[in-house]
Amino acid sequence: MSLAAVGLVMAAAILIGAFGLRLSRTTSDFYVASRTVTPLWNASAIGGEYLSAASFLGIAGLILTHGADMLWLPVGWTGGYLVLLVLVSAPLRRSGAYTLPDFAESRLESMAVRRTAGVLVVLIGWLYLMPQFQSAGIVLRAITGAPGWVGGLLVALVVAVNVLSGGMRSITFVQAFQYWLKLTALALPLVFLLLAWRSGGAPGLPAHDAAHWQLPLAGAKEYGLYSTYSLILATFLGTMGLPHVLVRFYTNPDGRAARRTTLVVLSLLGAFYLLPALYGWLGRIYAPDLAGTDAVVLTLPSRMIGGTLGDLLTALVTAGAFAAFLSTSSGLTVSVAGVIAQDLLGGGAVRAFRLATLLAVTVPLGLAVWARALPVADVVGLAFAVAASSFCPLLVLGIWWRRLSSTGALAGLLVGGGLACAAVMAQITGGPFDGLVGALLAQPAAWTVPIAFVVMIAVSFLTPHHVPPGVARTMVRLHTPETLNLDRGDWRPRSS
Amino acid sequence: MKGRVTVTSPRTAAARRPRYPASREIDEQTRLGEVYMRSLLRTQFRLALFVCTVLACVVLGLPLLFLLVPELRAAELAGVPLPWAVLAGLIYPLFVAGAWLYVRQAERNERHFEDLVERQ
Repeated sequence: MSLAAVGLVMAAAILIGAFGLRLSRTTSDFYVASRTVTPLWNASAIGGEYLSAASFLGIAGLILTHGADMLWLPVGWTGGYLVLLVLVSAPLRRSGAYTLPDFAESRLESMAVRRTAGVLVVLIGWLYLMPQFQSAGIVLRAITGAPGWVGGLLVALVVAVNVLSGGMRSITFVQAFQYWLKLTALALPLVFLLLAWRSGGAPGLPAHDAAHWQLPLAGAKEYGLYSTYSLILATFLGTMGLPHVLVRFYTNPDGRAARRTTLVVLSLLGAFYLLPALYGWLGRIYAPDLAGTDAVVLTLPSRMIGGTLGDLLTALVTAGAFAAFLSTSSGLTVSVAGVIAQDLLGGGAVRAFRLATLLAVTVPLGLAVWARALPVADVVGLAFAVAASSFCPLLVLGIWWRRLSSTGALAGLLVGGGLACAAVMAQITGGPFDGLVGALLAQPAAWTVPIAFVVMIAVSFLTPHHVPPGVARTMVRLHTPETLNLDRGDWRPRSS
Repeated sequence: MKGRVTVTSPRTAAARRPRYPASREIDEQTRLGEVYMRSLLRTQFRLALFVCTVLACVVLGLPLLFLLVPELRAAELAGVPLPWAVLAGLIYPLFVAGAWLYVRQAERNERHFEDLVERQ
């Protein structure tokens, strides 16, 4: 039954994508969804795109394993949008940039910064895609017994077909649909689980868990406070640097709409993230043996309810999980492919975009098969750390600080992004490490983010002659409301 | 006697510089235009900084509070442990409320700027 549900989600994604194809004909439609998407649709699409396997399966698994300290993960993944809202959303929309490299180029008037940003987008995208494919493999293996790579390949294929046929327009509708599907698929089984918990006498946690697991900073993890702070920093500051999130802001008609969309996104995510903690908590009571895996969300319905209802609910959460794989992977693939087509293959033509799509999907698929399997939310957390140490300083300083120079931006991106990437590589290929080094590598944000900011600011002070000449005009474009008739310069993104 | 002469006719028409609309000051990047832009940026940045500071106090303060006051970790709110009640529930509506207030204030700031620029 779960297999049928997976098939249904895949078929629905392809069908909706094909429906969207009839609506998108020209290249500019293909890229930007013509800006005819309403705020609720757009916010649902952002939510659908953002809630990945890490949110749907990973958080509950990590909470079940590590306890209350992991509650910060969903808090940060939501709160990141508050930081994004106040520091970035409206100016970013007004910049007219379609991707992060576009923003880098328009603000700093430098192709070197643009290319560096492009490389970082691709790296973050791949790092984020890899665990999605791995999780798909794990889930499919759990329901059919197929080898691990089959699930990843299946998701990669559907995503590639969808992205190639529909482009942004159809993706927007697919994504919006996926948010509501994921919310339903997590909330409905939870209602039944809580009913089963009550009718079972509402058991509490075992005494040992109530004294340790349930309390923050009481777990067995070393350097708990450092890890908590680093996690908070990575998630709150990394959200604004995720490539697939920023593309969506371009579909808002103006800066004001971008702010309002972010507000709706925050509400939608807040509603969703109330759920995984409950799964983690119920899992600790009914399935403590699942610690260390991402399986708790998928397993609880059959353990606690069983029978036909249990099967039905399992099918529903499995469908939700695949919706999560598909939506996040599609969004990431569109952004990564856009950057590869634009900056590496050199052209905005639909044909370059198609070749780039294949590249965007195959590399992380290979990584997923080859790399060691970490908990999905951990790897996604590392992608946030890279984004927080590279694009967060670029965006915040670029939007609010006139004296940012192109050399400073470049140095900050290279040092911050480079250090974070090195830590991630060490963690994925060689980890886990012990002691302080282990904590510093597993959660690099607390040291890489400050370093990135300091380097960007210090080098900008040292190279005042590299402050872009058009910065005053750029500031007018970034910050003045669109209703005013002002000269905002003639920069246009290359992608549209 | 060539002394002082009382001016009887106001020469305001000759003395007055042609008045530019503020949008033209901004477009031509005059010093006045810069002042307009800086005032907008400063207002918006102060607002953003205020929200971020409050957020940082709450978010970075909570782990410290749990560390320094261990009784709070085990305290209960309506039968739910306090850390769970806050981190898995109450903090989300607070985020939304903060975001809503920010959006309202930011739009108000922009309206003030529009009024300022379009006044002439």
